Amino acid sequence: MSIPGGFSRRQMFLKISMLFNGIVGVLLGIPIVGYILSPVTRGRRAGYESWISLGSTDQFPPGQTRLATYRNPVAHASDGETADIACWVRHTDGEHFQVFAINCAHLGCPVRWFPQSGLFMCPCHGGAYYADGARASGPPERGLFQYPFQILDGNLQIQAGEMPTPGLSARIHGKTRTERPPCA
Amino acid sequence: MRLMHKLGQWLDQRLQLGAPIRETMEHPIPRDTASWYYVFGSAAMTVFGLQLVTGILLALIYVPSAGEAWNSLQILNHQVTLGWFIRALHGWGSNFMLAIVLIHMVQVFLFGAYKFPRELTWILGVFLLLMTLGMAFTGQVLRFDQDAYWGLGIGASISSRVPVLGPPLVKLLLGGPIIAGETLSRFFALHVFVIPGSLMLFIGLHLVLVLKLGINEWPMPGRLVRRSDYLEKYHTLTHTEGVPFMPYGVWKDAVFSGLILLCIAACALYFGPFGPSGQPDPRIIQTAPRPDFFFLWLYALLSLLPPALETPVLLIGPVIALIVLVALPFVSGEGEKSWKRRPIAVLTILLVAVALGTFTNLASHAPWSPVMDAWTGAPVASKFVSGRTPLQVQGALVFQSKQCHNCHALGENGGKRGPALDAVAVRLTGDQLVRQVLQGGGNMPAYGKNLNPAETTALVAFLETLYPPGQAPAHDASRTNGEQP
Repeated sequence: MSIPGGFSRRQMFLKISMLFNGIVGVLLGIPIVGYILSPVTRGRRAGYESWISLGSTDQFPPGQTRLATYRNPVAHASDGETADIACWVRHTDGEHFQVFAINCAHLGCPVRWFPQSGLFMCPCHGGAYYADGARASGPPERGLFQYPFQILDGNLQIQAGEMPTPGLSARIHGKTRTERPPCA
Repeated sequence: MRLMHKLGQWLDQRLQLGAPIRETMEHPIPRDTASWYYVFGSAAMTVFGLQLVTGILLALIYVPSAGEAWNSLQILNHQVTLGWFIRALHGWGSNFMLAIVLIHMVQVFLFGAYKFPRELTWILGVFLLLMTLGMAFTGQVLRFDQDAYWGLGIGASISSRVPVLGPPLVKLLLGGPIIAGETLSRFFALHVFVIPGSLMLFIGLHLVLVLKLGINEWPMPGRLVRRSDYLEKYHTLTHTEGVPFMPYGVWKDAVFSGLILLCIAACALYFGPFGPSGQPDPRIIQTAPRPDFFFLWLYALLSLLPPALETPVLLIGPVIALIVLVALPFVSGEGEKSWKRRPIAVLTILLVAVALGTFTNLASHAPWSPVMDAWTGAPVASKFVSGRTPLQVQGALVFQSKQCHNCHALGENGGKRGPALDAVAVRLTGDQLVRQVLQGGGNMPAYGKNLNPAETTALVAFLETLYPPGQAPAHDASRTNGEQP
């Protein structure tokens, strides 16, 4: 039953069916995209970055830099050991601490502290940092990432929960620290 | 026998696949292409088949959970009968597949096979290369050890540098705020479902195009490709002078594929499986992560690029490379096919090969990394200490205890991050040495805060003795009035 010059009933049905399936596709697509983006959107929820205790301040004698570990605040049973994160705690004196991320500010490899030469060195691409975390040499473009910290009832606590990376988040991270100086 | 024949007939009556398969196998090809140079594509596909089979076999045991993956690899290596061999086959298969895909690409490029009308075949091939690289990277992650863990950290750090989208991209990549269970699960999904699925689809299309457009004829110098008459000429090459693919071409493909499988099995048997290295426990920081062989060049590049250039090169470089590869058949879609008359094409391949080879070679001894275990207790060659004054020997002690060795070699021992110091006194005067040690510079950290004056004096006194016999140490002309000291 085609009309010359126009389109037939069948063609109209075909178009309607395609439109219908298009709408169904979009309706299904929204939750799928939401699911895929959940690692990004989840970040806004409370508890994502929390204060975690690294233990009593007595464990970190003044003038020394020591390795500390903590369990990431957001962790699942399937994470195994990967949710146990290391960091470097430098106790200068009194209540003055610096807590450095283990990740090199270049590409995230684990930096190691060498007390004799007073340097953090990275085994991957040769980055080096001074004792206060400032960049000493190599490919990093900035100093080590630092966690905000507080001392509560003689316990050293840091605000952590996200792997620091040299991108935007890290810069915000860095800013938070400078805006709120340690022991604020 | 008659029963088999009857069964075959019964099936074919329903499936009706016999005739098209026969037609495909016996399609005419140019006589010259039944050559040993034309075997790499089919070999790559054969190895992909091996990867599918061994991959499924590994999935029978492997546990894609951050807490269990490493243990399940140990079980595969040590407890499951021949588990180590299947892992080795899969690992060596991966290396062979990448190598063969690269050789295939070079051959196609040098034989001008990407020119009209095979542009799309080339473009699909470019994506097949990307997917093969993707399989290699995600596969390295599934071997969930320390290299995998910190390799993911490197991937995350690179992604984080993308302007604006960086931080959300990191979370998408890792599946959460840190490298953990969700990270491994999504790389498992990529390695086992997403990329292999796309690979199969693209291989299918790639093959359809090869069959529809015909295999590239052997390039003859001077026989130019023109859009106007190429199809006609090619038709003559295949239908008038050609030979059927089966059996003329196919037996070489079969022999080569079999040979490659045999080589993979031999490597697997002789060298065994890759890793896993240490447990993926981020608290174990005594580790020096290294990427797998095919990513070593990238590791070198990341170490050697000037810091300011790194982010632009990392983010823009791959885009440019992709654009160049995709645009190639459109820019030079016609003309000469033979490598004998395409010097720039040959030079390009040589340049890329030399560059990648050099970077890979550098990465295998990583001179930019400090030697993390240059122990202070290691012996110093006697030629550097004998006949020295007490002050100079004290300096040698400072040199040893302040980890100068991590970056500087003395004799054959020590890092290569900084220059070897065997002849440092020839290059620098005492004053210059003091300045360099205290203030650093070039790529050297400043040691001013870490050396007291006595240590600095001793260290420099030692360094001033480091010049080979027959060469004069550097001296400050303004102080010695131009005379040799």
